[in-house]
Amino acid sequence: MKFRKCLLAGIALGIAAPAAAQELRIGFVAPMTGIFAQIGKDMANGFELYLDEHNGELGGAKVKFIVEDGEGKPPVNVRKAEKLVRQDKVHMFIGGLLASTGYALAPVSSRLKTVYVLSVAAADDLTQRDLPKYPYIVRTSWSSSQPHHPLGQWACEQGYKRVTTVGADYAFGHEVVGGFQRVFEDCGGKVVQKIWPPLGTKDFGPYIPTIKQDIDAIFSLMVGPMALQFPKQLQASGIRKPLIGGGTSYDEFVLPAMGDEVLGHVSGLQYSAALDTPKNIAFVRKYREKYGKVPSYYSESNYTTAQMIDEVMKRTKGKWPGPQQFIKLITSLKLEAVRGPVRFDDMRNPVQNIYIKKVERRKMFGYPQEELWNTVIKTYPNVGQFWTYDKKAYLKTPLYSRDYPPCKYCD
Amino acid sequence: MKIVLVVAALIALGAIAPFVNSYILILLTQALVLGIIAMSVDLLLGYTGLPSLGQAAYLGVGAYLTAILASTHGFGLEWGFWLVVVLGILAGAATAALFGLFAVRASGVYFLMITLALGMCMWGLAYRWNSLTGGDNGMNMPGRPSFGIDLADDLNYFYLVLGFFAASLAALYVLVRSPFGRSLVGIRERELRMRILGYNTWLHKYIAFVIAGAFGGLAGVLWAHLTGIVSPGDVILTTSVDVLLMVVLGGPGTLVGGAIGAGVVVFLREYLATIVQWWQYVLGAVYVLTILYLPGGLMGIPERVRRRSSSKIH
Repeated sequence: MKFRKCLLAGIALGIAAPAAAQELRIGFVAPMTGIFAQIGKDMANGFELYLDEHNGELGGAKVKFIVEDGEGKPPVNVRKAEKLVRQDKVHMFIGGLLASTGYALAPVSSRLKTVYVLSVAAADDLTQRDLPKYPYIVRTSWSSSQPHHPLGQWACEQGYKRVTTVGADYAFGHEVVGGFQRVFEDCGGKVVQKIWPPLGTKDFGPYIPTIKQDIDAIFSLMVGPMALQFPKQLQASGIRKPLIGGGTSYDEFVLPAMGDEVLGHVSGLQYSAALDTPKNIAFVRKYREKYGKVPSYYSESNYTTAQMIDEVMKRTKGKWPGPQQFIKLITSLKLEAVRGPVRFDDMRNPVQNIYIKKVERRKMFGYPQEELWNTVIKTYPNVGQFWTYDKKAYLKTPLYSRDYPPCKYCD
Repeated sequence: MKIVLVVAALIALGAIAPFVNSYILILLTQALVLGIIAMSVDLLLGYTGLPSLGQAAYLGVGAYLTAILASTHGFGLEWGFWLVVVLGILAGAATAALFGLFAVRASGVYFLMITLALGMCMWGLAYRWNSLTGGDNGMNMPGRPSFGIDLADDLNYFYLVLGFFAASLAALYVLVRSPFGRSLVGIRERELRMRILGYNTWLHKYIAFVIAGAFGGLAGVLWAHLTGIVSPGDVILTTSVDVLLMVVLGGPGTLVGGAIGAGVVVFLREYLATIVQWWQYVLGAVYVLTILYLPGGLMGIPERVRRRSSSKIH
């Protein structure tokens, strides 16, 4: 007991007063250890690249950027966010990778009245049905189903009539598959089978043989290592159906580790590293030079988040406007980001281009070697989270889940 | 003398609480909650000689019970909180009563293995039973209770936890000093002799196991309201290991040792981590050095000092 008292006294005395004004303190929570550590680094790298380009300043305010390791576990993320707000007195915290982390961090922002910027976590309901509970959050990335509504439309327009979905069995997977299914079926297609392997499945042996023979295409939603295994094992089994995938099935985080088995596969997302715009080419070159790899959407999303904060701080001339005003300012932005034009809807989710992309082996941007790239084959401009649906009617339907939309054509 | 020291330390803790910054206050509260569960492990490890690696299970039962009642049924956010505390204690005890049937028949490393396996069962339930526990997402608490006193204020909550900690410490202290507590020590030292003396050693161990579960349940209720989220990530083996190490670090068989261990671990893990990247090595070194040079844990230091100085005199 005595020992602890000494320790406490020491700590209590050592606490410094909060730092002077004109400093913008930004907390960043991402997995830095554990199985998601590499994605966490991609996230932080994106943000830091922007800071480096701007001499560590956003809109004239000197930025103190504090990275905390959330270990990919929701309760650890909550503790780190509490630390950032209470100890470091950050003006906002950014990050959170998994949907579960997003759902855990949003209440912290309400409780501590601190801005939380969802720069990756895609859980639909945070900017939909649950939004009124979270006045201090804003999303700068995407909601899970957002790119997959247009992808459903595209698949339908290709003349695919019958599709089997294979999706990771957790919230994010349900929302991605649900978004695809809703639009695909409203356009006249039929999802005839839904297969749900657990998150982290490595052996698809039990699932692949159950895929129906009389289908036109397979829709897959894979995450992390799953994305590498599924196409390989599908090819080995001799199934030769066209493959359509959710954004994370073929994002630039997994693409470099893939082989020819994914050539011609199509996916949808708000970003592709192969985007042929001057802004993106410059971004890819700089990022690759600094970190030795092609940026993934995780990096782009955080780079753009930094850009948005920069724009807000420019308007306030480098002074922190307070959480409410900050949310108001950031959601009124219209900017040219690396991914294309971005603005916000009235539920604090971005409205942006969705790219339909095909995996091709080619040379890009003057790099000498042939590599896999996500070539953009179609652009759906200014896509919001509700696609073409009426917002009110959309919000009345339940959140996408394992059983919604129901599989009407399954037997 | 020792009692005076402990009481003085608790009062001092309560006195400085209003003056520390809000993050330190949260860490103190965390340390106290973990202190309760560490003391419950000490009852098993230090007094009865049963190394449990599944104590997180009871923390989980208490925490999930609190979360389910609060977020699904809106219960326990006013005076009902006290009922939830009682229910949490009972649920922890009931779970331990069930698990004890399997675990207490073993001893030593086998006891370690069985409690570990049972703890993992609880994690599996939390992770897989989506409809009840929210699965991987866990459950968000709607807010802390308020009954005249608003516990959403961190300082109020700290005092509540401090109260529960002091009560737990007192209850366990009375328990280990009682004839029942003495019989546990006897079992730890030599179970066969106790059996020959006519003690039903299985029953004694079983009761100790259930009591430890009850305190685990209490810690769970407090933990849920402290962190605001209940997730499988907390009801996992690493929590059980941490708690066991806290006891080893502080000094088994001393009760307060577990609490001190909890304090040291929480501050090394959460506070040092904010200063340096390599905090894990420090924590590891502290563990290794304690086990090598301080078999009695931190609580063994005064004894060692006394012995060394007295040996110098003679």
